[in-house]
Amino acid sequence: MAEENVVSLHGTWASPFSKCVELALKTKGIPFEFVEEDLRNKSPSLLKYNPVHKKVPVLVHNGKPIAESLVILEYIDETWKTGPKLLLEDPYKRAQVRFWAGYLQQHLFVTMSLVCKSDGEVQEKAIKELFEKLKTFEEGIKDLFPDGAPSIDCSNNLGLLDIVLCSQFGPHKVQEEVLGITTIDPEKNPLLFTWLKSLNELPLVKELTPPHEKLVAVLHFFRNYALKSSAA
Amino acid sequence: MAEEVVLLGFWSSMFAMRPRVALAEKGVEYEYREEDLPNKTSLLLEMNPIHKKVPVLIHNGKPVCESVNIVQYIDEAWKDKGPTLLPSDPYERAQARFWVDYIDKKLYEAGKSIWSTKGEEQEAAKKVFLEILKLLEGELGDKTYFGGVSFGFVDINLVTFYCWFYTYETIGNFSIEAECPKLIAWFEKCMLKESVSKTLPDPKKVYEFCLFLQKYYGVA
Repeated sequence: MAEENVVSLHGTWASPFSKCVELALKTKGIPFEFVEEDLRNKSPSLLKYNPVHKKVPVLVHNGKPIAESLVILEYIDETWKTGPKLLLEDPYKRAQVRFWAGYLQQHLFVTMSLVCKSDGEVQEKAIKELFEKLKTFEEGIKDLFPDGAPSIDCSNNLGLLDIVLCSQFGPHKVQEEVLGITTIDPEKNPLLFTWLKSLNELPLVKELTPPHEKLVAVLHFFRNYALKSSAA
Repeated sequence: MAEEVVLLGFWSSMFAMRPRVALAEKGVEYEYREEDLPNKTSLLLEMNPIHKKVPVLIHNGKPVCESVNIVQYIDEAWKDKGPTLLPSDPYERAQARFWVDYIDKKLYEAGKSIWSTKGEEQEAAKKVFLEILKLLEGELGDKTYFGGVSFGFVDINLVTFYCWFYTYETIGNFSIEAECPKLIAWFEKCMLKESVSKTLPDPKKVYEFCLFLQKYYGVA
């Protein structure tokens, strides 16, 4: 059990990896201080707490830092034993959740980033790859949820995979508006579409989601910056 | 209860070696099946349709993929058998997971760059590789193992790279021990463990295999 609990999270409002940790802390009902980092001007604390990668998010618990979002999520689950469990007890289910969380955060994220940062043929190829990977994810998840779309009740009890999915693809309408493509199509990905819809309706998720216009603006900025850099 | 444990692997894959070390540490009996990677078996493709890679652990017919996932699964599924591989303290567990994640993000690519490039690119690759090892050496410090007094999660996920060091050193023409003596001493200590020495292949065989890979990839 954690005694005196001073928790702070170094993150940025636009980072899905940061968002993951915020969602986990809120799900568990853990009070924390959010320290917004300017990634172009990283704070001395961030550099001290994550000297290896110098990245967000970093959770600092009673002065001790933990980096890497999935590592942080498991730490949160193992340290705060009261409240909802982010991971189930069964070793096989845990292995499946870890596998898919890794798939979302590495493979899907990389492809999605490429779609956002590119245009022309490169983007077309990336979009094709994105749809293939989303299909793979949707098929794979059916094993975890043999009875159909996960039923999320209104109690804000998110599991680890809900959190990672929500952070990466919760704002899919933002991505769709900026890119002009339907990333999560209800016909191609019915399970994902329904799942994301339920997640986005949860009060806890709504509370942590920045305004749509703000997200659209930052994605536009990110895309334009990337396109300009690659053209240079 | 009769258990069926099968591991699909490839003899020179440092990733496939990881669960073998873990299973040996735990004293879990299993059937090892060597995959011919250019001709993957239908079992591999069925059990890992997403990545089509080794290793895959198949426990009573159910597949677990990705080497780090598999090692954690082994620790959890056989939690009452043999030593625990991850520390019990949540903060130490987080540190162990962090360092394994670091190894996974950096070490393989850095090592591969040494044998797959030449000239300036190779010099740069050697520099990066040694920086990674030095950071890990710093993390080890004066501990017996990364896990402290016990051989554990980080040790298992790092030690399997050792059989490739002869290859990196020979092709790259440098000495890892000269730069990271403490880390090499730790590798040597791990090699005294049967779970490690019986799993890692002869480094000279790995080197010959790498020469073949170089030809295959057209590295002059």
